[in-house]
Amino acid sequence: MSSYPAPSDAPSAEVDADVLAQIALSRDEYERACDMLGRAPSDVELGMIGALWSEHCGYKHSRPLFHHFPTDDERILTKLGDENAGAIDIGDGWVAVMKIESHNHPSAIEPYEGAATGVGGIVRDIFAMGAQPIALLDSLRFGPLEDRRNRRLCVGVVAGIGGYGNCLGIPTVGGELVIGDAYGGNPLVNAMCLGIAPRGSLISATAGPPGTQLMIVGADTGRDGLHGATFASVELDESSAERRPAVQVGNPFLEKSLMDACVGLVREHRDWLEGLQDCGAAGITSSTVEMAERANAGIRIQTQRVPRRESGMTPYEVMLSESQERMIAAVKPAHVSDVEDWFEHWDLHAEVIGEVTDDGIARVFDGELEVAAAPVSLLTGAPAYTPDAERDAEAAARSDWDPGSLPDLDPADASEALLKLLASPNIASKRWVYRQYDHMVGTNTVVVPGSDAAVLRIRGIEQGLAVCTDGPGRAVELDPYAGSARAVAEAARNVACTGARPIAVTDCLNFANPERASIYYQLSESIRGMGDACRAFGTPVVSGNASLYNESEDGPVTPTPVVGMLGIISDVTKAVRMAFQDEGDEIWLLGGSLEQDVSTLGGGEYLAVLHGKSAGPIAIDLDAEAALVDVLVELAESGLLKSAHDCSDGGLAVAIAESAIAGEIGAQAEAAVSGRLDATLFGEAGARAIVSAGPTSGSDLVETAARLGAVAVRLGSVGGDRLKIGEVDLPLQDAADAWNSSLPNLLDG
Amino acid sequence: MRFAVLVFPGTWSDWDCVHALEDVGQTAERVWHKDGSLEEYDGVILPGGFSYGDHLRCGAIARFSPVMSALERFSVTGKPIFGSCNGFQILCEAGLLPGVLQRNASLQFRCQPQELTVERVDTGFTNGCRSGQIVQLPISHGEGQYLAPPSVLDELEDAGRVVFRYAGENPNGSLRDIAGIINPMGNVLGMMPHPERASDALLGGTDGNYIWQSIIERWG
Repeated sequence: MSSYPAPSDAPSAEVDADVLAQIALSRDEYERACDMLGRAPSDVELGMIGALWSEHCGYKHSRPLFHHFPTDDERILTKLGDENAGAIDIGDGWVAVMKIESHNHPSAIEPYEGAATGVGGIVRDIFAMGAQPIALLDSLRFGPLEDRRNRRLCVGVVAGIGGYGNCLGIPTVGGELVIGDAYGGNPLVNAMCLGIAPRGSLISATAGPPGTQLMIVGADTGRDGLHGATFASVELDESSAERRPAVQVGNPFLEKSLMDACVGLVREHRDWLEGLQDCGAAGITSSTVEMAERANAGIRIQTQRVPRRESGMTPYEVMLSESQERMIAAVKPAHVSDVEDWFEHWDLHAEVIGEVTDDGIARVFDGELEVAAAPVSLLTGAPAYTPDAERDAEAAARSDWDPGSLPDLDPADASEALLKLLASPNIASKRWVYRQYDHMVGTNTVVVPGSDAAVLRIRGIEQGLAVCTDGPGRAVELDPYAGSARAVAEAARNVACTGARPIAVTDCLNFANPERASIYYQLSESIRGMGDACRAFGTPVVSGNASLYNESEDGPVTPTPVVGMLGIISDVTKAVRMAFQDEGDEIWLLGGSLEQDVSTLGGGEYLAVLHGKSAGPIAIDLDAEAALVDVLVELAESGLLKSAHDCSDGGLAVAIAESAIAGEIGAQAEAAVSGRLDATLFGEAGARAIVSAGPTSGSDLVETAARLGAVAVRLGSVGGDRLKIGEVDLPLQDAADAWNSSLPNLLDG
Repeated sequence: MRFAVLVFPGTWSDWDCVHALEDVGQTAERVWHKDGSLEEYDGVILPGGFSYGDHLRCGAIARFSPVMSALERFSVTGKPIFGSCNGFQILCEAGLLPGVLQRNASLQFRCQPQELTVERVDTGFTNGCRSGQIVQLPISHGEGQYLAPPSVLDELEDAGRVVFRYAGENPNGSLRDIAGIINPMGNVLGMMPHPERASDALLGGTDGNYIWQSIIERWG
């Protein structure tokens, strides 16, 4: 067996169980590293291996499943996982770049800074490619808000996202807030960023040829965030609060300057650079080693050249610090001083900390002392695992439960049931959240938060971009395959409701400990379901993030794959919103029949709110979903739609109510049924949307729907000041009050 | 007209202001805070953002930027200076307008459409409005609570220098619902709302154009 020479004078790491636990490396993995190295790793090497082989950086349990994802079509410009984010050609010389990422564990410990730095990290992923970030979205999950601890987390996370994102001048245009029992000990905070760039102007995160100079720019390096990647790869427990040093502190002002400087540098002087990379999880270690891997090269880092904000830092700490707002630029030797000057304009200091070599080894020096000399291929060669998978018997039993065993809703209680659903935090207006986010800066937000998806224009071209996130965790728990397919379908429906054709997906896989068979079953089935759904919509997965080990003393989180969907709207001036508009417009149900089987209540908000149950079957019909998308897009393009809103949480009645509340105008809809009233009003059958259209548009609408294979049912008309949906009959104002006041009442206490 | 749109580190409404002015047929150039000559411009815009990350106090560091002495010289020429959001904060910190802007009374950031009453239509910034007109201009700030001693407020009121007031619910706790004020000479106006975000029908409003058109009418 070959053996790599040990770095000179570097002590071998002590490898008792505590050391391995600190870096979340198993004994087997340690031995594997020793075998690959032909010796025991040094202290710094062990830290680097631990970080790069963490689940967070190494995707040990998720990588073997990614083959289920479609990842390519003629628009996609990047290979999944190759770059910091995925790039999609959107036409007319423009490229969109997007990614979603989690910051769950830091937010559990320190909600404001944890969420803030989550925003900072995802934004750097976008401008590391040379793209201008134009929109942020945040997908949030917390435990019940009646609990003070969960309120504190929610308030802190929202403030942190606003505190960071608002300062950057990037609008936060969408996302979700979902409350569920199993998120209490381990909230989910996923941040998505969308950027744009002129085609041909993106830059890769590569190190370039030997001799290329590696420069660090941005914040000085401190001890903050040490072992953050590791922290993200273990379960939370009582001692997690002691991990607070693993939570970084953000400086959005510095990030704003760094963003402007980097985007400008790539736009104007791309020829000075070989590559650009952000320092995210595992700091300088992962950024430089991954750059070297892409260039098939080695690197040499001099830790003493790294500007620091604390004295007495060891090379280990310098290499593994996760101080925020730092970038690594791979600079052609002739342009080092040009790059220094460029950043100086923004009062930013760029410093050469190393160079690219030709021996394939990552060497780290502390002055004269070589403290690490490990092959790049070893460092990036995290093992991959495919553990046993087995469906959790309890979840399977709940999924088999028949909602028909419940008595039907009494017609006299229908209005009250709707009010309860409208006040559920999962359905209620999220204005409390998004009015704390600047969602208008950039003056491109054509459809602001509150509709099914946000729509952004791109100055100078006709097309617009629609973007949203969706992650129906309860459905995924009951049926990981169908529930995850539904996540993609809901996201596709949401962008289609604005008139946009869905084109690409980024995903964040939030699961518990995958080493357990029941969790690995969730993960693998979820990825399979998402993959099949993405194929049905023609939306490749271009980027993503796996956040595993989301559990606390309270148990595992609800499995929650969050789908970020991008759509293109061919004429942004025709974007459709959720709100009903004019008296006399007709209300139509597109895509499915009015009357629904009782099974459609499965996993839905009605059962959760009215019966305290998370149970029942989860169905998905991808052909019907794809047909609905086609209908919505074509109707929007032809200008027939006055509003569109998909039927999801709370079903048909909630969808009609929300369109009416948003439009501040009543609605009268027939919903006569012979079967189950509860399922017709509140069932969550997929592939359906509520639209409104002018009174003369009916025949065109029906013809279009029929041609594309979807049903269109006329339900009634817009107007008045009451909300009447079959047995539901109440003043619109009552519905609006329930919907509007729920979150402020819960959170402003 | 040819406008300078000042850019400090952390400014973010600079491009939005440039676009809004260009859309009404004017020339607008971003001017970096260190590149300080303003003489060649017909008007100066101080856009929104978080100059210097609001460190210390919003606008407190920007007022020491090299461009600020040029701005003071510009102000005495009588040519228009318009500050919105962080620009208003900087104008107050620099003493070109009285008072201070503090954290919103709710202690939360607020981004929302906002109705304003136009109190004065005899200024160079509002001559295109009708007296008492309600305009819709978005707000987006965490520190927009306008405060000043009672004597200063009385002086502002008596001199007719309160140009905009929040209509309906006061979003930030500003004293006397003050949203925008003007200097005694009538050429420096600061306001928290963002007219550049209401200058395009595609984004749902064009009331911001009253301000640009008024400036052009008076100084163009």
